[in-house]
Amino acid sequence: MLQKQVPMFICFLMGLLLFFQFYIPASWSQNFYNTILRWILGISSFAIVLGVVSLIRHHLRKIRKKEDLPYSITLIFSIFATTLIGFIGGIKSGTLFDKIFNYIQIPLQSSMFAILAFYMASAAYRAFRARNVEATLLLLSAFVVMIGVIGIGDLIHPFVPSFAQWILDVPNLAAKRGIAIGVGLGIIATSIKIILGIERNWLGR
Amino acid sequence: MKFLIYFLFLWNFKVYDTPYDAGGEITIEWEWPTQIKDKRADSVIIWRKKEGEEFKKIKKLVTIQNFYKDSGLKNNEKYFYKITIYYKDKIFESEKILFAIPKEQYFHLGRLNIMIGAFLFVGFILFFISRAKRGISLFLRKIPGLDAVEEAIGRATEMGRPILYIPGLSGVSDVATIASLNILSHVVKKAASYETSIIVPNRDPVVYLIAREVVKEALSLAGRPDLFDPDSVYYVTDSQFGYASAVCGIMVREKPATNFFLGMFWAESLILAETGATTGAIQIAGTDAVTQLPFFITACDYTLIGEELYAASAYLSREPVLVSTIRAQDMMKAIIWIIIFLSGIFGIFGKMPFNFIFGG
Repeated sequence: MLQKQVPMFICFLMGLLLFFQFYIPASWSQNFYNTILRWILGISSFAIVLGVVSLIRHHLRKIRKKEDLPYSITLIFSIFATTLIGFIGGIKSGTLFDKIFNYIQIPLQSSMFAILAFYMASAAYRAFRARNVEATLLLLSAFVVMIGVIGIGDLIHPFVPSFAQWILDVPNLAAKRGIAIGVGLGIIATSIKIILGIERNWLGR
Repeated sequence: MKFLIYFLFLWNFKVYDTPYDAGGEITIEWEWPTQIKDKRADSVIIWRKKEGEEFKKIKKLVTIQNFYKDSGLKNNEKYFYKITIYYKDKIFESEKILFAIPKEQYFHLGRLNIMIGAFLFVGFILFFISRAKRGISLFLRKIPGLDAVEEAIGRATEMGRPILYIPGLSGVSDVATIASLNILSHVVKKAASYETSIIVPNRDPVVYLIAREVVKEALSLAGRPDLFDPDSVYYVTDSQFGYASAVCGIMVREKPATNFFLGMFWAESLILAETGATTGAIQIAGTDAVTQLPFFITACDYTLIGEELYAASAYLSREPVLVSTIRAQDMMKAIIWIIIFLSGIFGIFGKMPFNFIFGG
């Protein structure tokens, strides 16, 4: 019972306090808000320890079961080696830890990001197939926008870039704003449901 | 060599306590003299003094901005200001010495419109909840993406493969993540009835802890606490593309039959959805990130667009109280639609009577 009521009460109280805090600019109100932000940081730092422990456990279990062995061994080795290097040599610029970050992690992340270009090409091919009226409209508007934003659009006709801009500024923006209004109301409704304890699925109930 | 310097007065110069702040701040504002056509002075010097003291230079600005906020002052004390503007061969001095008293404020009047809107919305929600409690049923339009949840779980069961659930890449302070965790609870309960396993890799450590509890509790509620596998919900990394590559690896190795991408996504959305599509999984996505929606629509079988993500929990549970909040959302949307429509009509005649509602 307490396990159920206490989190809901804390949620209700904090939700209500922070709702009114938004309208009170006084210094004590700002201090309260900053204290809450510091608490969030504190709780997050505890959570990251639990998160890393879960990751290590997950891969140790995989090693024991001999599932995807090379990946799990690489991960466990990398975690401990990087942590050790950071503790011994420090994490300042020019240290081995810094070099691992700059010359291994960042290029790996950039490579993953670069793959996006190829995925985009295959997704565009799928999206732009004129299967029905909507897809044909999408294909045509994408064609106009793409031609309009590159130099060749102006060479074809001076009207093309302005028409492309009109597509972006009027129908496209109208749809985006429509979604944004719905999202905004959805966010408020979800927040109110959680604060009032109507929505309890986030507690698994 | 002879220099000719003109001394001129600056007429439009204002000093006032910064409105709606915690105090300790005064705003100094001026209008550029007509002689400064490009509205960019060589420099602006701001002088300040307290009563009975000499003026001190507190700031030299080289900017196009025509205001300065002087902060770190003591509340309820009088501060005097003057400014000097240097522009080519001219020097403009403020015509008067003005003063202001910084004060702490207790209510942000500029946010009154938001407060009224919020109370109106809460009023609608409470009204429709009371109607739902009286047994008045509400119509809910079909959302194909949510109707497909059961089918997707059934498919995973038939194929004997797991379900992959991604609760987005954002933290728990993002309401989209909370909405996703709400849906996770329903998905786990349904999956439990078919004894289908679920994998939930997380990017945020706090989300990981909550997701773990949600899965555990949902399985208990479904009467199958024995199905909880502590290895199924885990933290991966907080690196955006590191997480994307880990999830792609899971999709390729574990071959989940169903992928759920629900929550907040950024540039990795297409990487995840395209990899999932190549593995042949049925994919249900949902996000409120407008820029990522086209990618999900292209690569996934079903996509929850914007607010559908927030309505999902109510839709899946069919609990009258939760469903009633969706009707409140519709009412607010109708009000906003009427205001936008009327604003459009008045705008044609050059009138803006509703600007105050949106803080204009």
